[in-house]
Amino acid sequence: MTKNILLVGVGGQGTILTSKIISKGLLDAGYDVKMAEIHGMSQRGGSVTTQIRYGDKVYSPVIEKGTADIIVSFERSEALRWIEYLKKDGFLILNEHQIQPFTVTLDLSEYPENLIEEYKKKITNFKSYDAFKIAKSVGNSRVMNIILLGSLIKYTGLDDIDWKKVIQESVPEKFIDLNIKAFTKGYEVI
Amino acid sequence: MKNLMTGNEAIARGAYEAGVLVASSYPGTPSTEIMEKFSQYKDVYAEWAPNEKVAAEVAIGASIRGVRSFASMKHVGVNVAADPFMSYAYHGSNGGFVLITADEPNMFSSQNEQDNRLYAKHAKVVLIEPSNSQECLDYMKYAYEISEEYDTTVLFRVTTRICHSKTIVKSGKRTIPEVKQFEKKPEKYIMVPAHSRERHPQIEKNLEKLKKYSNNCPLNRFEMGNTSVGIICNGISYEYAKEVMGDKASYLKIGFSNPLPDEMIRDFAEKVDKLYIIEENEPFMETQIKSWGIDCTGKEIFPICGEFSPNLIREKLLGIKPEISHGTNLQAPSRPPVLCAGCPHRGLYQELKKYKNKAFFSGDIGCYTLGYLQPLEAMDSSVCMGASITAAQGFQRGNEMAKDTKYKAFALIGDSTFFHSGITGLVNMTYNHTPVTTIILDNSITAMTGHQENPNTGVTASGEVTSKIDIEKLCIACGIKDENIVTIDPYDLLATKNALKMGYDSEEPFVIIAKRECALLKPIIKERENMKCKVDPEKCTFCKSCLRTGCPALQIKGEKVFIDESQCNGCTVCLQVCPFDAIEKVGE
Repeated sequence: MTKNILLVGVGGQGTILTSKIISKGLLDAGYDVKMAEIHGMSQRGGSVTTQIRYGDKVYSPVIEKGTADIIVSFERSEALRWIEYLKKDGFLILNEHQIQPFTVTLDLSEYPENLIEEYKKKITNFKSYDAFKIAKSVGNSRVMNIILLGSLIKYTGLDDIDWKKVIQESVPEKFIDLNIKAFTKGYEVI
Repeated sequence: MKNLMTGNEAIARGAYEAGVLVASSYPGTPSTEIMEKFSQYKDVYAEWAPNEKVAAEVAIGASIRGVRSFASMKHVGVNVAADPFMSYAYHGSNGGFVLITADEPNMFSSQNEQDNRLYAKHAKVVLIEPSNSQECLDYMKYAYEISEEYDTTVLFRVTTRICHSKTIVKSGKRTIPEVKQFEKKPEKYIMVPAHSRERHPQIEKNLEKLKKYSNNCPLNRFEMGNTSVGIICNGISYEYAKEVMGDKASYLKIGFSNPLPDEMIRDFAEKVDKLYIIEENEPFMETQIKSWGIDCTGKEIFPICGEFSPNLIREKLLGIKPEISHGTNLQAPSRPPVLCAGCPHRGLYQELKKYKNKAFFSGDIGCYTLGYLQPLEAMDSSVCMGASITAAQGFQRGNEMAKDTKYKAFALIGDSTFFHSGITGLVNMTYNHTPVTTIILDNSITAMTGHQENPNTGVTASGEVTSKIDIEKLCIACGIKDENIVTIDPYDLLATKNALKMGYDSEEPFVIIAKRECALLKPIIKERENMKCKVDPEKCTFCKSCLRTGCPALQIKGEKVFIDESQCNGCTVCLQVCPFDAIEKVGE
């Protein structure tokens, strides 16, 4: 049975490193893995997504609508763009941190209010917290992505993979401790 | 050894294992990482060329010499390289020669979605199309064998979803075949009319031989399941079709698509009840198959525009729409790509936009193309690489001939694009003495594609220090007078404003070099790590002047602006535009 994970966020938030760690862990565990990313122009502060699929045999690298087991939204509003991809009993993990695009600061577009209430109402399996605040408390706002990774792993049930080892192998040596601390925080927070 | 690789990484690995010794490329999404990866291998010569024509010609020269080579580029890059590509098709090859084209259905970072499979037919060369990373690696090896065995160029075509998807790859060992001798053979290597007339019939004969190969090669294969539905497919469409139909259909998977395996296709068509052709963009296979009188369905139900998905194939073949369980009326805010916080282009555009009503901004391709967006809106056209200077010249001459000079023409071009194909335009400008002001946005890197070196950086693809070409001197050599060239720092809005006034008033070809390194370069990030701007909420009147620079670090809380310190690099553009001195610089 193929499982689908969708990471959505804003260019520069580190979705690519997160997906690298996930797919490495899955590969080491013997799964067939495919992962789809979009590079280039959309990376410049635009909306970005990474799709990960794993199972015994995976063909398409892209996820179909209504089939994502888990969506992790790295930014408060980005999940809205992808909500149709979430399957009926799928999980949404949301970073409440907000990044206003210039279209919002210049009144060209609206940033919806009461978002969290809306998600809560619509999605049974919904968890959210401010990963920015937690990252700051861990010591660096840039590890938001690894905090979210910790939460994601808790819901995938992939506990038999040694994720700390995978992180160790994926980040520069001087940031290993920081990232492992962030991962643990993310795992424990939900 | 099993690894997850993008298609691009696997292509590089395949070239390496096939014993490629020389490769050249110009960056362009989605092809860039092929050369980025290849240049990391030892015992290869790998380079960034200033443009795709140069890249193809360098690779061709190596092929003539007898070594295996490739040139890689995005789909529109092949237009630039079309001249050598079309001509070398008549030469054949000596060392294997592969031209890699990365096409972009859906145009994530491109100006069109041209289907370069058509180039293979046009040039009469072999076309190979992998479906995943393992095939990228394996098929590159086949490509070199075919190129040498059949004396032909191979066009190796991938699409964004293959280039940028990671799938599992088992890599092998490198085998470098014996380098072929170069023998002087003008009839093969000099395409004057007398030789070309001899070569063309050879190429036609060659295609007949290749058709036989196509019908018998491992790149085209049957995968028989239920025969009520038969699917002929290529590239990523194969993966999507398998995902949706599994063994409920039979497949003829095409990996060698020019010349098409006609006998296999006829055979397959007879074996199945209903035949579909599933290929993104142009009906390349379908048109040929239909011309052979074979009944099949393709573009009647599958679109020409955009990319496919399993969703689309499920709906078109089975009539099944996705089960949507979660919907909402709330809409995510529009979030287009934007010039980064601290981007040196912002300062230039901030001043340039003031000329909006009296100037025509002829743009080009790079990060700075984003200057067309609100709130900067200082770009009026963008055609293709290098077209800024030349189109500005045509516009200005059009002004004169129409006797209407309401809009003075400016050209906007990045440093890498200037080296790509801007120089000849500037030569034409001075040679034909046209009063256009060319602004070279020099951020000292090829930025949009993710920071590749270029002749302006003083470093090669493999990281060696090399001579750095001085843009100012180059402009002077192109005929720009000393007094008509000015270099400014675009973080300095006053200097930028003054330079633009000079450019606007000039009645001669004029150049402004706006020079400041890309804010995302690692050494620059480090250097400016602690430089920030900060809003004093007491002084902020929420006049939004700063917001109109479009900097993404500027955020709003209540009726005040604040600056996201994780993005800010203290460029001070917001500080300089604030009429109330509400923004201050902090940190060194």
